Amino acid sequence: MTEHILRMSGITKTFPGVKALQDVNLAVRRGEIHAICGENGAGKSTLMKVLSGVYPHGQYEGEITFEGRRCEFGGIRDSERAGIVIIHQELALCPQLSIAENIYLGNERATRGVIDWNRTNYEAGELLKRVGLRENPTTTVADIGVGKQQLVEIAKALSKEVRLLILDEPTAALNDEDSAHLLDLLRGLRDEGITCVIISHKLNEVTAIADSVTILRDGRTIETLDMAADSVTEDRIISGMVGRALDNRFPPRTPAIGEEAFRIEDWTVYSPSQPGRKVVDGASLTLRRGEIVGLAGLMGAGRTELAMSVFGRTYGVHISGRIFKNGEPIEIRTVQDAIRHGVAYATEDRKRYGLNLIDDIKRNISAAWLKGLSRRGWVNEYEEYRVAQQFRASMNIKAPGVDSVVGKLSGGNQQKVVLSKWILTEPDVLILDEPTRGIDVGAKYEIYMIINRLAEQGKAVLVISSELPELLGLCDRIYTLSEGRVTGEVPREEATQERLMYLMTKGQE
Amino acid sequence: MTSITGLRDLRRRTVPPKYIPVLVTAGLFVAMFVAGGIRYDNFATGQIILNVFIDNAFLLVVAVGMTFVILTGGIDLSVGSVVALATMLSASLLKDGWPAYAVMALVLVIGAVLGLAMGAIIHYFEIQPFIVTLAGMFLARGLCYTISTESIPIENQTFTDIAQTRINLGGDLSVSPSAVIAVVVVLIAAYVLHYTRLGRNVYATGGSEQSALLMGLPVARTKIAVYTISGFCSALGGLLFAFYSLSGYGLSAVGMELDAIAAVVIGGTLLTGGSGFLLGTVLGVLVLGLIQTIISFEGTLSSWWTRIFIGLLLFVFILLQRVFSGGSRRRTP
Repeated sequence: MTEHILRMSGITKTFPGVKALQDVNLAVRRGEIHAICGENGAGKSTLMKVLSGVYPHGQYEGEITFEGRRCEFGGIRDSERAGIVIIHQELALCPQLSIAENIYLGNERATRGVIDWNRTNYEAGELLKRVGLRENPTTTVADIGVGKQQLVEIAKALSKEVRLLILDEPTAALNDEDSAHLLDLLRGLRDEGITCVIISHKLNEVTAIADSVTILRDGRTIETLDMAADSVTEDRIISGMVGRALDNRFPPRTPAIGEEAFRIEDWTVYSPSQPGRKVVDGASLTLRRGEIVGLAGLMGAGRTELAMSVFGRTYGVHISGRIFKNGEPIEIRTVQDAIRHGVAYATEDRKRYGLNLIDDIKRNISAAWLKGLSRRGWVNEYEEYRVAQQFRASMNIKAPGVDSVVGKLSGGNQQKVVLSKWILTEPDVLILDEPTRGIDVGAKYEIYMIINRLAEQGKAVLVISSELPELLGLCDRIYTLSEGRVTGEVPREEATQERLMYLMTKGQE
Repeated sequence: MTSITGLRDLRRRTVPPKYIPVLVTAGLFVAMFVAGGIRYDNFATGQIILNVFIDNAFLLVVAVGMTFVILTGGIDLSVGSVVALATMLSASLLKDGWPAYAVMALVLVIGAVLGLAMGAIIHYFEIQPFIVTLAGMFLARGLCYTISTESIPIENQTFTDIAQTRINLGGDLSVSPSAVIAVVVVLIAAYVLHYTRLGRNVYATGGSEQSALLMGLPVARTKIAVYTISGFCSALGGLLFAFYSLSGYGLSAVGMELDAIAAVVIGGTLLTGGSGFLLGTVLGVLVLGLIQTIISFEGTLSSWWTRIFIGLLLFVFILLQRVFSGGSRRRTP
């Protein structure tokens, strides 16, 4: 048996109310590329945060052995000193500083406290050669693309004498060429003896590069496979990722589907931060009255970006495409336009984008529909109170009163406030982005009931979710999105977790 | 005063937390008044409070505008300079023989337009309000000196009449027209903030601008509106200051923006926006005014003690805000 450089055993990490990791085991052999796969929320990033000391020793249970020694990291500095470097999906570079400055940030080449710039730039240049980046070390990081920034991160890791390099979704934001280059580089590093752990949603990359793969699901280790010995295929990984049981956590419903209510055609959105990168690429969707349609996609597939760009262009640049409501073309240039056309969007991040947390329930419910509750600019507070009371009863919002501050409610009740707010605008089309994220099981059931009720009233509902069982239990039809493209449309009868996961991880041909 | 833990208990039990800062300020005001009444003769009379209104009418009006701005999460540093500019404009135009009411109208329009311009720059160019209004502050102050570097006395009949009129309230109580104007401004502003869509949008924008955008609220219009209101209030404050001092001077109202901010914060409005009441601002101004009154009654203390007390009070109130708002904000699921 080959020697293990890293062993994590029995790792359990709890957040208030949620068990993010439960008795997870991970063993990485020296000099291999080890992939970690799992759905969104399976616990991959949490596991890596435990390993790198972001969650310090004492905040989790279990044991970490690195290079044969038990480790109790108190922070990132400790783990880096031991030779473990993590590169997060959101790169941690200072855009205004030069490449060399970034590489040696916190680790400056100095003699008696004075930085030796010649040595800094020379050594940075050597590192850049190792990672195959042809840029001057004095170039400002903001002036190079994301792909190159990723390489700078790796150069930075190399400068710290890294022995175990962890990459979280390294190719998520890269184009094909940069991705291929990065994967080549990782192979090269492996040959130099640097062990890599890579978290990736792109299964074709995993099968191409990894020597072994560990699959997580719902915060537990499912299995660790040796790619060569077990001759692992993408399908094999998918079946490990999705084996979650379907139980009857979903209220029954007989769909009564009418005519087309909403259609998006050839919708393309470019990233506002990375010029030239398409986040949504020629997507087309159709929603019918009384229908619940799912939109499945992994992190970074462009689900939220699609929804927000449709909803009054609140995301993205150079948006192109056509929107039809009841067959008629419509223009939605602002959120007000969207509301006027009967489109509502409940965000995935309700704390940041969906609610005014320091205000009370009634004002949050009325906020998007003050127009209907006021005359000539004066708000009818009596009516507002009455409406809020009505929603508190019909949506079963558990709070002492409609004067309660929203920030103090539980996630489920906050979500009910968000839904109330949009239902008040009397929409025909509702886009619900991760409607049950961060909500306990009981409240989830209630949210499902509300969604069913909306469909029964003849509204078209688009549910965006990363939980496949949820989509399978709730939706009449499911679209899959991968790298900004619609890769499939599966009716309820034909939908299985495996089929969807296959479509969701399908790369560009 | 109650201890911090005591206040925490209070929050848990009865009063909604958003009212507590206002109640604390109100309690402080009452305590100061009672303490003053015990310590000095002739202190505990209604006229003392009315005098605070009379002497601080301009600050009250300016602080009302500032409240709107701070509720959206912004700041307006230009108010003191706009007050000075308003006094200078009034004095010099009146000296040139302009009719009093035309001068007043023009000054108010200029103040509102200045505010509008700053609001538009803040919103459309996405520049921090601090910098934009700092520029506005220098601009307005500089404009004062292009009019004159000297103090210009106001001899216009209408202005002196307004300055000398006292409205009898019965008993021995009387107020100046300026105080009445200030109170009317407060009432209108409170009504706008609490009963109109504009008011709701102000709170929503300050509470979470991102959410407000995704709720389809007119964030742009709201932000521009609050700076316009603040500019208008500053100009009106300047007119009241001109009634009060009967002169125009480029060096008047230096640092008044900071007094106004202090009054708003002591009144319990969150500097990050979204939470606060106009009543709190009124109490904040009254507390500041009462500190001055007490120090003048004391007689032996230098007037700079006012600043020391305001400084201490600000510390206390910022800490209070941390206790009440910080707890719930920091927590994540």
